Amino acid sequence: MSAELDRIGLAFVAILAAAAIVVPALALATSPASPLHIPPYLVQLLGKYLCYAILAVALDLVWGYCGILSLGHAAFFALGGYAMGMYLMRQIGARGVYANPILPDFMVFLNWKALPVAWWGFNWFPYAMLMVVLVPGLLALAFGWFAFRSRVTGVYLSIITQAMTFALYKEFFRNDFGFGGNNGLTDFKDLIGFSLQSDATKAALFSASAIALILAYWAARAIVGSKYGKALTAVRDAESRMRFLGYRVENHKLFAFVVSAVMAGVAGALYVPQVGIINPSEFAPSNSIEAAIWVAVGGRATLVGAAIGAIAVNFAKTYFTGAFPEYWLYGLGSLFILVTLFLPRGLLGLVLRDREAKPVVETPALAIEEGADP
Amino acid sequence: MGLALSPVAARADGLDDTLARFVKDKFPESEKAVAELAAEAPPQGAAILEALGDNRLLYDPSSHVVAYRTATGAILNAKTGEAIAAGDAAAFKKVRINNAIRVAIQGAVGSLTLANPDPQKRVAAAQDVFRTRNEKALPAVEAQLAKEKDPQVIEALRLARAAITAGAESASAEDRLAAIATLRARGDQDAQNLIDQIAQKATDPRVKAAAASALSAIHTRLAMWTVAQDLWYGLSASSVLLLAAIGLAITFGVMGVINMAHGEMVMLGAYATYVVQLLLPPELQNWSLAFAIPLAFLVAGVVGVAIERLIIRYLYARPLETLLATWGVSLILQQAVRSIFGANNRLVTNPSFMSGALHLGGLEITTNRMWIIVLAIVVFVALQLVLRATPFGLQMRAVTQNRRMAAAMGISTARVDMLAFALGSGVAGVAGVALSQIDNVSPNLGQGYIIDSFMVVVFGGVGNLWGTALGALTLGVANKILEPIVGAVQGQIVLLIVIILFIQKRPRGLFALKGRAVEA
Repeated sequence: MSAELDRIGLAFVAILAAAAIVVPALALATSPASPLHIPPYLVQLLGKYLCYAILAVALDLVWGYCGILSLGHAAFFALGGYAMGMYLMRQIGARGVYANPILPDFMVFLNWKALPVAWWGFNWFPYAMLMVVLVPGLLALAFGWFAFRSRVTGVYLSIITQAMTFALYKEFFRNDFGFGGNNGLTDFKDLIGFSLQSDATKAALFSASAIALILAYWAARAIVGSKYGKALTAVRDAESRMRFLGYRVENHKLFAFVVSAVMAGVAGALYVPQVGIINPSEFAPSNSIEAAIWVAVGGRATLVGAAIGAIAVNFAKTYFTGAFPEYWLYGLGSLFILVTLFLPRGLLGLVLRDREAKPVVETPALAIEEGADP
Repeated sequence: MGLALSPVAARADGLDDTLARFVKDKFPESEKAVAELAAEAPPQGAAILEALGDNRLLYDPSSHVVAYRTATGAILNAKTGEAIAAGDAAAFKKVRINNAIRVAIQGAVGSLTLANPDPQKRVAAAQDVFRTRNEKALPAVEAQLAKEKDPQVIEALRLARAAITAGAESASAEDRLAAIATLRARGDQDAQNLIDQIAQKATDPRVKAAAASALSAIHTRLAMWTVAQDLWYGLSASSVLLLAAIGLAITFGVMGVINMAHGEMVMLGAYATYVVQLLLPPELQNWSLAFAIPLAFLVAGVVGVAIERLIIRYLYARPLETLLATWGVSLILQQAVRSIFGANNRLVTNPSFMSGALHLGGLEITTNRMWIIVLAIVVFVALQLVLRATPFGLQMRAVTQNRRMAAAMGISTARVDMLAFALGSGVAGVAGVALSQIDNVSPNLGQGYIIDSFMVVVFGGVGNLWGTALGALTLGVANKILEPIVGAVQGQIVLLIVIILFIQKRPRGLFALKGRAVEA
């Protein structure tokens, strides 16, 4: 990490920390008539962006620093979201349409008599939070262990991760899989006793998202800046050489992949109470690829750039899908093409001075050394 | 009465006697009359019996004329078919019937149609008897069987006779055993149901045993047909997969980049078919595919070249970013098609030679899917020929194996890349023509096939088109075999896990390129 990148990161963290205090204050303490007032829907929207930013930081950790373009990170995000959603569903209790104190509405509707094992314990917040971390983490561990051990790399790995999220996407669509089918989980009432409808809870969730983003950035930065992080970067640039030097390449990759998946899961868990619903479409392969473009727009291997890219692209998405819904896909598609062609180092690459910016693309020189086809 | 006395033929006299029985209006007499009608099968027989069954058969007690009322209300002389004046109509009374007569009528009508001059009608009648198993129809079946010439009708009649005999407790054990053997040879769902009933009801131990053994034989046979049908579905799915994946295998093999817009090339091909259907005059609709296939190849190929020239060639050292850029292309193409053609599904009708189905034993083979298999084979062979027998194919294989070495030997790799991309995309367009025949044509068409196509390429490897073919075949058939066992979605998940485990052993697929160029 260059000093300049660090300074940008520090500034970003400072802005986030300030936002974590100022946004709730403006939302709660000012009157709706005041020009400084932030309406609750905007608080939620900003909180949503921050969750996407966490996902982007997680993806940048594996893509930017480890060369793993995961097209399945939406799966980890959604799994974290489902774990949170299940907790929120259990909190509804007898306030549901069917007023069943134990079973969520969709189970009553499907005429189920007992709570499936997978749902046990989710009425207990600490357990649910454990699952938010464990489920994406274990999936990443199992998946990565198989993939990295057999040296599945590059586009092969991208395709396999995409297939993984696609399989989950289809599985969660099924009603008898037990997670609400295509309707997903919704109609949430409250989170550890606080009503999700209240402005204070919304503001608190925004602050929590900002803090989570700071922590995710800080953790990723710590990993990247450590000796281990240097090895990770080396694996990205010359995997075979690292292997010949005696490094256990697969273990390095696996660690980064699992940490990244857990971050994505936490992002999903914070996302769900703010948008009020989680359904299988969160697993859609297109979501994962969109996350990759956030990272590319902001700048790969910058962490802070990824977060900025996520916020910028999603802001543009909110604006364009509202103003010109017909043209948003043209815009997004063009963004994919233009950024990869003309901005390989992203927005941050424009800002960073050239001498400090390291080439992060697979250069032909290295590829020749590795014996790869350019 | 004067008419009735005229000496038309010997049979006419018989008919007079028969009709005379109806005039008595006694149940036993009427039943006898029905039996005689069935046995003698006069041309008027069917109409008379039908009228009797519907309470439309009338008689005049004074003049002894038998007549029937038609659906339109006219009254016709039963024997001559001549209309009877409205003034006389008042004298007629209905011939009464009871259930015994109704049963007799049913059998008799069946046997009368058994003698129909049209062989198709005879087959239909025999099948009718097979289903109802009316014992009263047996004499008629036997009679027709004795004089029948048409082999198809003979087969149907023998089955009908077997169905009656096998179920009849009155028949001798030997006859019933023979009948069960005939049914066992037929071995379809109907025969299975029939024998199942016999096995449950039969009292004779030999018959019971024969029925049970026939039942298990039919079970096995039906199970085998089910497997064959699944294999056929699998083959059909494989052909679609092969068509969608083979172009991807070429571009991925040559350039090492994944074209995420490949599915949209398929979609463009499908829309090209739709456009051809719109533009062609009705008399040429049956030839639409002759126009659609070249057009689809051309459209998708040209778009492919444009993508290669404008985007991919600038990203050669960065395969992961190629993936993102081509994803952007796919979004733009989808939205463009949505803007032009609308978001709704478009219907492409099959040409007449591609609609309908063939029956082969217990197999049902839909014609359109059969032609898609043929198309997949043709495309595969053509591509193999291009790769093996043309200078361009040689150059393409050389670039696939070792790009730098090929360049050093004087091959223009840029040109090969461009043409390979055109070829791969064009083939995807042809796949779109095939898909338009079995699937909805919508802007999202390509998305549904792209991940499966990737799996085929990952599984089959890029060293050889045989790998793609084998990959498509394995995945297609395995999917359809797993589907009834674990369900459609789980089947796909199982396959995905199998592929992930498989690449443990062979990280570069079934047919990997050998040599140091592979280690990337």
